Formats: sequence, C-alpha cells, structure tokens
Amino acid sequence: MKHLDEYRDPHLFDVLMDQIHKKVTKPWTLMEICGGQTHSLVKNGIVDLLPKNIRLVHGPGCPVCVTSLGVIDEAIKLASRPDVILCSYGDMLRVPGSSQSLLEVKARGADVRILYSPLEAVQLAKSHPDKEVVFFAVGFETTAPANALAVMHADITGAENFSILASHVLVPPAMEAILSDPENTIDGFLAAGHVCTIMGLDEYYPIAEKYQCPIVVTGFEPIDLLQGILMTVTQLEEGRYEVENQYVRSVHEGGNAVAKKTLEDVFEIKDKVWRGIGPIPKSGYEVRDRYKRFNARLRFNLGPDTVEEDKNCISGAIMKGLKKPMDCPNFGVKCTPEHPLGAPMVSSEGACAAYYHYSSAWNMQKVESL
Amino acid sequence: MSLELQCPVPQFDFDHINMGHGSGGILTHKLLKSGVFDVLKNPLLDQQHDGAILELKGKIAISTDSYVVSPIFFPGGNIGDLAINGTVNDLAMCGASARYLTLSFILEEGLAMTEFKDVLMSIRQAADQSGVQIVTGDTKVVQKGKGDKIFINTTGVGELHPTADIRHQRVEHGDVILLSGPIAAHGVAIMSLREGLEFETTVCSDTQSLKAPVLALLDSLGQDVHFLRDATRGGLASVLNELSEITVKGIHIHQKDLAIAEEVSGACEMLGLDPLYVANEGVFVAVVKAHRAEEALKVLQSFEACHSASIIGEIIADHPGKVVMKSKIGGSRVVNFLQGEQLPRIC
Repeated sequence: MKHLDEYRDPHLFDVLMDQIHKKVTKPWTLMEICGGQTHSLVKNGIVDLLPKNIRLVHGPGCPVCVTSLGVIDEAIKLASRPDVILCSYGDMLRVPGSSQSLLEVKARGADVRILYSPLEAVQLAKSHPDKEVVFFAVGFETTAPANALAVMHADITGAENFSILASHVLVPPAMEAILSDPENTIDGFLAAGHVCTIMGLDEYYPIAEKYQCPIVVTGFEPIDLLQGILMTVTQLEEGRYEVENQYVRSVHEGGNAVAKKTLEDVFEIKDKVWRGIGPIPKSGYEVRDRYKRFNARLRFNLGPDTVEEDKNCISGAIMKGLKKPMDCPNFGVKCTPEHPLGAPMVSSEGACAAYYHYSSAWNMQKVESL
Repeated sequence: MSLELQCPVPQFDFDHINMGHGSGGILTHKLLKSGVFDVLKNPLLDQQHDGAILELKGKIAISTDSYVVSPIFFPGGNIGDLAINGTVNDLAMCGASARYLTLSFILEEGLAMTEFKDVLMSIRQAADQSGVQIVTGDTKVVQKGKGDKIFINTTGVGELHPTADIRHQRVEHGDVILLSGPIAAHGVAIMSLREGLEFETTVCSDTQSLKAPVLALLDSLGQDVHFLRDATRGGLASVLNELSEITVKGIHIHQKDLAIAEEVSGACEMLGLDPLYVANEGVFVAVVKAHRAEEALKVLQSFEACHSASIIGEIIADHPGKVVMKSKIGGSRVVNFLQGEQLPRIC
C-alpha cells in the first residue's frame, strides 16, 4: 500500500534494529506515549526483538483508558434517558463504568450509536428534532478539533438539540505528572505523532529542558518506531535531552494552525480527573461559556466527577510506566477483555489488551501452565 | 453479479409485503403463486407439498444456517445469494456436494416487493450456479419494526464425496495450511454501507460458491485432505484458533503469504480493523498432507474463485492450542480469538 509499505520494509527494519543494538551500551527505560504506538510495537513483535537493555513502558496515551469512571457513568446515565440519543466512538462502548458499560445499556434498549465523526451527530440532531443528541467527546488533542468543529457547526446551523459530553485530555501535563512522580523511571519519551501533528512541538521544549529528558516525536509504523527508539537512545547515550521530530512527514514545528484556532475558540483548559492516575491540573478541555448551551454537563446538570476506582486494578501504575501489564496479579486471571477490571484491558489501544492479545511471552506462558 | 435470468420475472400485483402475506390465507397463496414458485421452479417444488421427498445416494451431509445481514443489498451480492452460497459452502466443508435446499423467509411488513423480487432472482441464480434445487420452504411476516426487511434460513443436504474424510482428528503435525483466496472483502463491503460509516469503495463481497473447487480438491487428493473450513464470521483468525484449540496443536502462519486486496487492506487501515478478524463469504482454509500441498495449490488456483490461493502455514508441535503469526518484518505475534465485536478505533 503506497505510503505505508515503505514504513514496513523488512530490510530497512533489520538495518535500524542492528543500529539500535550497536548504539545501546547502558540500560534505558523509554515510554511511548500513544496507545497506537503500543499496539504497533506489540502486534509486530518488535518488543521481543529489541536489545535487553531497552525497556519499553507503555504510556497513558489511550483516551478510552484514561476517561474517568465518573464521566463514563454520566454518559451511561444520559444514554438511559428515553429522550437522548448518545453517540460515541466505538471503543468507548465496551469500557465498564462503575456498574455497567454503554454496550450493556444499549442491549437493554438505550439508543447508543457508534459514529466515526462528530459532525454526523450534528446531522443526527437535525434529523431527530424531538430528541436530545449527545456526542461523547473523548480523546487527546488529536480528536478534539473535530469535536470543536461539531460544536461550531451546531451553533451556525442552529442544531439546538445537540450537545457534547467533553472528556478531552492533554498529553504534556500527563508527561509532567509522570516525570515529577518520585518513583519515575522514564529516561526518554517517544511523543505521540498525531497529537503533535495538531499541536506542534512548542509545549515539549520546556519539559525536555526541565526534566533533562529526550523527547522524540514518533510515528506508528514499525520503521517509525525503530527510528524513534534509535533517535532517543542516541540522545541518551550522548547525554543530550532535546526535542526531535522523527515523524516529519506529518508533524510540523508549529502544528496545524487552523485546528489550534478552532480548539482555542471552543474549548478552555481545565483540571481533569484521569482514570487510574487521578486529578491532573490543567490537563483537559472543557467547552467555553460562549458555547455553553452545547455543553451536556450544563444542559443536563450533571454532577461532579467523584467515583472511586476498582482497588484491584493497577492501571494507574501501568499508565505511569511504573508497572507492566504482566506485573498485575489479576492480569489474564480476574481481568480479561471479556471481564475487564479496568479500561486498559478494554480498549483496542490499551496496554493490557495489547499484551493479552498479541504478546508471545504472555500467551506462551499461558500454554505452559495448561 | 448481473440479474440476467432464464427464469420468469415475477409479476406481483402489490407493492409491499403486509401482514396478510404471512397469514396462510389468500394473500400468502397469491404471493407464492404470483412469483415465488415461478422463480424457484423445479419438479420437486412444483409438488407444492409441505415437504419434499428426495433421492440421494450414499452418506448424506446436512447443514443449516440463518442469514440476517444488514443491509440486505451490498456490493457484490445480497442476502439471497448469500443464503444459498453459505449453506452450499458449509456442506462443501464437510466434503459434500450440495443437492437440495430448503428456504424459509421471515419478511418484515412493508418490505418493497421490488426488493423481494431481486432477492428471489439472486437465490435462483446462485442455486443454479451451484447445481442445487430449492425443494420446500416457508414464509412468515412480522410486524414493521420486529424484523429487518428479510431474514432467511436455508437448510441443505448433500451427498458426501466418496473419498472425503474431513475431521479435525485427522489433522497431523507437519500438515500444510492453504488459504483459498484474498481475505476480508465481505466484511469491508458491508462496513462500507453501515450507517455512520459510509465510505466510497470499489470493494465487493466475496460471496461465492466453493462447491466446485472443494470437490476438485477431493477428486485429486482424496483422503489427504484432512480438514476444511470456510472463514466466515470472525474471519481467518477464528477458524485457525478453533482448529488449534480443538486439535491441541500449534499453528504457525506467515503474514507475507496472506492474500489481501489492496483496497481491502486500505479500508481496514482506515477503519482500524484487523483483516484477520474480518468476515469472508467465499474463502476457505484447507489442511492437507504436506507432500500433497503443491498439488492442492495447483488444483485450487485453476478455479476462478480460488485463483489467488496460497500456502500460508503449517501445523506444528510447538505452542499447542495457539496460533502464532510471523509478521512481515520478522517479529512474531500471537493471533488470538476475537474478543466481542471488532469495533472501530477512535484515534
């Protein structure tokens, strides 16, 4: 497939892997931020081919995984109302709230619909004037511009029965939360390519400088990931801590100006609760007052976000990189994709699900214990 | 698939299905008389009896399946040919040549007769292509909102190929796994029409009869064909996992040898789907004795339906009960059972 096959080239892959093996002299711990990167690493069997000295830990960049339990419960409550059509991206449906998931309330008759674009939800609102159409807007900086656009579109076209339940989270504050944790073990980051496509590199320079930590903006294909790892390891071996861009075919220094302007118009930065991690100051987007009539939180008078997590789930430690999925005593035992204790086991981008589905080490261990 | 048929085009004197068409009364009679019997015409059906009396030789295979695909028309086919090919293929996977089918409709009140007519004509065409006859059937109508246009059940009987002995117990270490064609086309064709997902694509469903290539394979290899299974719901990954689990043997496959059309692969990338788990309606897996694998490949490739057949892997003693795939770049990953429904990614 043009523009993809070249980033999956086996020969180039071998060359880069060889360079990484030659470059590494000390043990380094790297974190890839984005769940898409985690899956590509595990699905292509890359983790097992890297030098033993490189430890990869999987970051909090799965929007579904970090959406707080309280917000999911609110979404479920809204979906259960007979006057509401709740729209969401597919992954969100299976994530358990404190007692059930959106998929379960859908099975009991709630009108829950999977969409690929929030603009479709605005269309749906227009074609169902007798219903309230709520879009469950989760995601990082990557998905936020489309949701902002949907709010603007609803405003311009007068879709007064449309609103969004915004649960947007931001990458740089999460990186700071991880780096400032006293137990932090991360030496370098592979930053999320598509988040930076929107936001550019500006926010990352002060973080690299303050924590003396290399940050390499990295893509998602096998060649991207190996190149990102090589660039990060090279910085570490040479004692540098700079922001570098591996994903130049998509990421520009200043990001996407139009998308950033749209975000600025519709959203303001607020404190956010991250599932498994807890509250992080100034780490999420909320709808601005100017568009408050499209804010489902105000429209339906939803309560504060205060639901306790399942004590058996160590997703917080996993998303901060302190533990790996297989370190959890419940992994694959009490916690499986069919009966997940926490979100990283549910979402297609969650670190636990990636290990459960694809990791040879874990699956072979299961075979041996049969 | 064109709709040029030898059979008469039905002449319905009403526009939509109503509750009366399932009552068993005059409207049911009119529905059957004014079209259905004409389209599906054959001496056994013409008896208009409650059942059919059949002549078959030797061992008989029987299979049943219900079809609820939505939407009922999709690129490359519709629920009608799907319902015929699906049951014909299930019989083929037993090593049997499908001969007779039953056909039951559950129609939703309000269904346009033009749509029903098109489905009927596809049924006839698919049945003719596979050399099967529809010998008895049933029609029920449910209230609007209680169905989804048309549900179909077909049950088929077929005569077992004289040398066929297709059982998972016959799968041995060292056996070779063949895949009959490119994967994931049916699922992508359906997804391209789903509400909220509509995207332009030239991908057509692969719904087709596998009867001829399977019978040819049995003619050539006889008992050296150990196992056959069509990779329908759950895709190739599910078939291989079921086989690995039930035989308690390891399966090793090579990603580079899996055929997948470029546009299908592109759509899967865009939708965040893993083609290994996407449904097919005209692709099967054959497990054969190792030294006959090349011959089996040649037999399959001589059929239009299987022209891009390939050898994709082998049955091994390592990792019993697990399917492992060597990726194109040389890493290995476990291919697990699909968890729940494959849902689109969000970023």
